[in-house]
Amino acid sequence: MNIKNFRSKLFSRAALRGLIAIAIFLVIWEVGARSEQLFGYRFPFLGLVPPPSDVFVSWGGLIGNPSYWQSWYMSFLRVFGGFTAAMIIGIPLGLFMAVNKTFYGMYFPTFEIMRPIPPLAWVPASIIFWPTQELSIAFVTFLGAFYTIVINVLGGARSINKQYLQAAQSMGASQWDIFRRIVLPATLPSIVVGSAVGMGITWEVVVAAEMISGGGSSGGGEGGGLGFFIWSSYVGGSYEQIVVGMISIGIAGYFSSELLRQLGGLLTPWLKTR
Amino acid sequence: MSTVITEQATDTVTEGAIRIEDVVKIYDPDGAAVMAVDHCSIDIPAGEICMIVGPSGCGKTTLLNAIAGFHDITSGSIHLDGELLCGPGQPEAVPGSDRIVVFQNGALFPWKTNLDNIAFGPMMAGKLSKQEIYDKARSMMADAGLSGTENNYPGEVSSGLRRRVEIVRALMNDPKVLLFDEPYRALDSLTKSVMHEALLEIYYRNKVTIFFITHDLEEAIFLGHRLIIMSSRPCKPKKIVEVDIPHPRDYSVLTSQRFREIMNEAKDVVHEEAQKAFDAGEKEG
Repeated sequence: MNIKNFRSKLFSRAALRGLIAIAIFLVIWEVGARSEQLFGYRFPFLGLVPPPSDVFVSWGGLIGNPSYWQSWYMSFLRVFGGFTAAMIIGIPLGLFMAVNKTFYGMYFPTFEIMRPIPPLAWVPASIIFWPTQELSIAFVTFLGAFYTIVINVLGGARSINKQYLQAAQSMGASQWDIFRRIVLPATLPSIVVGSAVGMGITWEVVVAAEMISGGGSSGGGEGGGLGFFIWSSYVGGSYEQIVVGMISIGIAGYFSSELLRQLGGLLTPWLKTR
Repeated sequence: MSTVITEQATDTVTEGAIRIEDVVKIYDPDGAAVMAVDHCSIDIPAGEICMIVGPSGCGKTTLLNAIAGFHDITSGSIHLDGELLCGPGQPEAVPGSDRIVVFQNGALFPWKTNLDNIAFGPMMAGKLSKQEIYDKARSMMADAGLSGTENNYPGEVSSGLRRRVEIVRALMNDPKVLLFDEPYRALDSLTKSVMHEALLEIYYRNKVTIFFITHDLEEAIFLGHRLIIMSSRPCKPKKIVEVDIPHPRDYSVLTSQRFREIMNEAKDVVHEEAQKAFDAGEKEG
């Protein structure tokens, strides 16, 4: 992408609308949060929240603080660790279930019983299973993305237009060619969708897991992650920092999804044209 | 006159004669036997455009799939140039690049560009070098008026162009037979008329046997050397109509006296079978 392209995207009408909406949101929030000072009446809900100006001041103080960035780093590490593991195990598993009926018959019932168990329900068990807290958090994060990825890959691979397979077969494609040149690319869009959804769940899970387990091996502080950052801000009574942590997760999640969307777009160029 | 047609069809083409003998296909889902094809015999000389006309759901596609090797037959036999495709001891034909299907809804691979789609067959066969294959693919595309769409994905071009790409992809395999399963069904009639002339043009350049399923009588007469009008399910030939209008044809043929005569000859039979199928409540397909 060149700079001109980027600028036109930045100042496009849709981007402008988004910016205006955010600005209006911030104004309402600010007025609501300061309602007691301004009108002598505290608005419900909004009146209890620290105003955005205070949040930004608090954020400004944190920008230079390495332990805040350490929280970002730890959460990113866990998300990408768990997510990558889920892709590496989930995609081949989904594909294999789709092409092998015997394996599908054997494994799918177990899979379907395990799937509805929320990843967070695994937190106590995984703390018992895994030797370190870090591994238990990574494992729970992995589960968050794993089931979504497998079910999407499986669904995508099973719904391939049969005529693609027949056409390839007629033209002399071997079993391996059919897998590599037909099944795999035909499943790619589902892999991309499954990954994007899985990535979202991963962020939800990692934050909760960090809160529950107290932030990993070093017991909080340095190794805490954004989830623990929020929790310790709450315990320490710094409400502005809670909001900073929440917004940080929002931004982190957005960039992760955007990264996946860009990668997904590169992998499936034919879908852009629809 | 009809001998002239046969000569025209066969004089340059030596391969691709299909002999369908006494073929029966019974589907047996849930124990309720449904006869799709009933003792059907059709002889198609090499290089003929043979139009299979019949009401929707009569079992024409079943016959096509049996030739292509996508499913088995219950009894009877199908030969290609004297070689057994399926029959006694071999209920299901092996799909092969000598018989390529152009599907009703199209089966171009959406993740490959038009050029890559067209090169797919020869790449799989592995007989030519990549350079040779792509050179051939480009020149075939140029011949079919597809220049400039090489690097487009099928989703980026019109459905009419997609059909042409698919036919070129089929021809790249040097097939003896092209099997068309109502390929123009979803096209509007104006696009259709352009596609018919384009198909004939391609055919005049690369003569192969064409087994073409349709329920559009005008399309059948315009394209075909011969019409095999099928009965409603179970499917078997009911009437054979020779189209003695000389090739090469163009769209002026449609308004000719002879075209109307053939149309009249075929219409009653087709209508009668369509009525039967309608009364029986056959499902589309």
